[in-house]
Amino acid sequence: MENKQFVIGVIVSNVSGVLSRVSGMFTRRGFNIDCLTVGETESKEFSRITVVFHGDEEIKERIVRQLEKLHDVKEVEVLAPNETVIRDLLLIKVRNTPATRQDIMTAVEIFRSKIVDYSPTALICELTGETSKINAFIELMKPYGIMEMCRTGLVAIERGDNCLKTNS
Amino acid sequence: MRISGAKIVVETLIEQGCDTVFGYPGGQVINLFDELYLNSSRINHILTAHEQGAAHAADGYARATGKVGVCIATSGPGATNLVTGIATAYLDSVPMVAITGNVPCSLIGRDSFQEVDIVGVTMPVTKHNFIVRDIRELADTIRNAFKIAKSGRPGPVLVDIPKDIQTGTWDFEAKKDPVRPYPLSFASESKLRQAAEMIKNAKRPYIYFGGGIISGKASAELLRLAEKIDAPVGCSLMGLSAIPSDHPRFLGMNGMHGHYASSVALDEADLVIALGVRFSDRATGKKERFNKNFRIIHIDIDNAELDKNITSNLAVQGDIKDALFRLIPMLTEVSRPEWDERIEELRREEAERLESAANSAFAKRCDNCTHKCGRSDMIEENHLTPYQIIDIISEKADEHDIVVTDVGQHQMWAAQRYPLKNPRTFLTSGGLGTMGYGMGAAVGASAAEGRRTILFTGDGSFGMNLNEMATAVSQNTPLIVVIMNNGVLGMVRQWQTLFFDKHYSNTTLARQTDFVKLAEAFGAKGARVFNAEELEKAAAEAFAHNGPFLIDCAVDCNEFVLPMLPPGGSIEDIITEIK
Repeated sequence: MENKQFVIGVIVSNVSGVLSRVSGMFTRRGFNIDCLTVGETESKEFSRITVVFHGDEEIKERIVRQLEKLHDVKEVEVLAPNETVIRDLLLIKVRNTPATRQDIMTAVEIFRSKIVDYSPTALICELTGETSKINAFIELMKPYGIMEMCRTGLVAIERGDNCLKTNS
Repeated sequence: MRISGAKIVVETLIEQGCDTVFGYPGGQVINLFDELYLNSSRINHILTAHEQGAAHAADGYARATGKVGVCIATSGPGATNLVTGIATAYLDSVPMVAITGNVPCSLIGRDSFQEVDIVGVTMPVTKHNFIVRDIRELADTIRNAFKIAKSGRPGPVLVDIPKDIQTGTWDFEAKKDPVRPYPLSFASESKLRQAAEMIKNAKRPYIYFGGGIISGKASAELLRLAEKIDAPVGCSLMGLSAIPSDHPRFLGMNGMHGHYASSVALDEADLVIALGVRFSDRATGKKERFNKNFRIIHIDIDNAELDKNITSNLAVQGDIKDALFRLIPMLTEVSRPEWDERIEELRREEAERLESAANSAFAKRCDNCTHKCGRSDMIEENHLTPYQIIDIISEKADEHDIVVTDVGQHQMWAAQRYPLKNPRTFLTSGGLGTMGYGMGAAVGASAAEGRRTILFTGDGSFGMNLNEMATAVSQNTPLIVVIMNNGVLGMVRQWQTLFFDKHYSNTTLARQTDFVKLAEAFGAKGARVFNAEELEKAAAEAFAHNGPFLIDCAVDCNEFVLPMLPPGGSIEDIITEIK
């Protein structure tokens, strides 16, 4: 069966243990998570989790139904790729040398990245975008010497006025 | 009124209609037990021998009554001892609230004495669980636990209450009524119309139901549907007791150890109407083969069960009683003489196979028996067969007596053979298959209404939690324990016979336990029987006895549970005779 990527938005009660419940469901039912992010919403009663995973339609359906069954889960929506704004954020620390500095600066400009820290030996770039753009930037930085990096994982929100409810 | 947290717990339990709780005291629930002491005229606490027994007792109480069962344990080992019982209830969708004490909030996370993160431990085996860190939320959390436990598809909920929450004080006002479950969800009209259309086009429909018919109280609707569309009915292990075993449309349980006619009819059907059943692997065997011949309409209250194990052709989410109530008028009454005739043929075939299997087993009994069970006493001409034991006991029993089983061969024999009449009279650990379930469950089931319970168990299963005999004696439970004692762990041994070249690894018990003396040591009565005549006599005594009575029945270790669909196999692989 076709193996494709799914991005789902999950509204959960903002209570302790909720992340364990959601991630635990994936573990114990044998579903793999590519990436999971969690953060605040416009209401302090709810948090929003974005989960990215690979699978076929059947697996997606099972995941959605199992999530909906969790008591702390209020709403689940599979986000259609074409109708969704998806972003990942990268912080990357690259070696700073007089020989490479200018090349890095050029790449930063082209990718609309930002330099957020600068020292004689290292600089930190910040980049937001879709996964492919971030991956391309990382590839580009490799020759200059990546000292350290971290990514937030995906957050996603639907275009238009359709919303995941936080008023149940 | 401002009262202690411990009192809030007890008052909330009473408010929720809880009359009996099962538990075991300990350091972090001592305040709670003080309140149970002070309120013993309003709420009955039954002390078990082990927390696992308390969890199974709460489960048995819930299965027998349909009410929420409650168990209480202290922190750490008390709480972890509940886990098997909670998991048992989870797998079989039994409404339960488990209350555990924990160390004071200030000591949590420091590996304090008897501290365990029981919320973390039980997360995968509860419907939901809570730790109460604020006394202001205590009463509502317990109410919420009851609400979740009994809503939709029932299940266990755990509430962990640190000691300082119990000793603190807060305002409490009892609510007039117990919490109501969340509103039921109802099947969509269009889905039901589609179902009706599929049924109309079917030639050989087969109704397959599970425990959902019992918890959804839909027995009458189920039978009306079967009558109207002239269909045979089969069930899963959890479905047993929903309709009378002798109902003319009922073919019995299907699946791994199901009735031959029931399993074959399922395979020959062109439409399976699956009601409140979850297509466990023990029921379906090889999934790719299972639904090769038929289409499936699957109706269940739990949306997550639809298309989980088997992909159906029509999945309908909603309350089963309502769905059937609305579906039936959409159907026209039909009769299917050809399908009926085929079903009758299968029934005759089943009877013949049963007879020939019994004869061949008799001839081969303990032939070349090389194992060291030291049970030469059983190799008698007129020794007891498992079915005979069940028949003799059931003839003496009342239809309202509650039948409980442990797990293994005896469980399957009881499931196949015991004539059940009323819903909630057959309690067994189906999903988790918990050996040792029976003693606790029997005590709990009887505690609810004082009804007699009959526990069918094996010498293996009974050995796991026989300490609850002490509880049965302290409660003077009207309990008849029937041990099918074959000196071996029979079910595993059966697999070893069939699939492991008779390598009887660790299934020959070679124990020398005298179960009659054991019963007497506990303060119960007991008898050991080798043949039908002795069993008749012992059973008469047991049924007349006021209190627990153990009957140790000698059974041949070469008795097999048949038929058998091998694990991961299909109907073509059915074993009806041991060569």
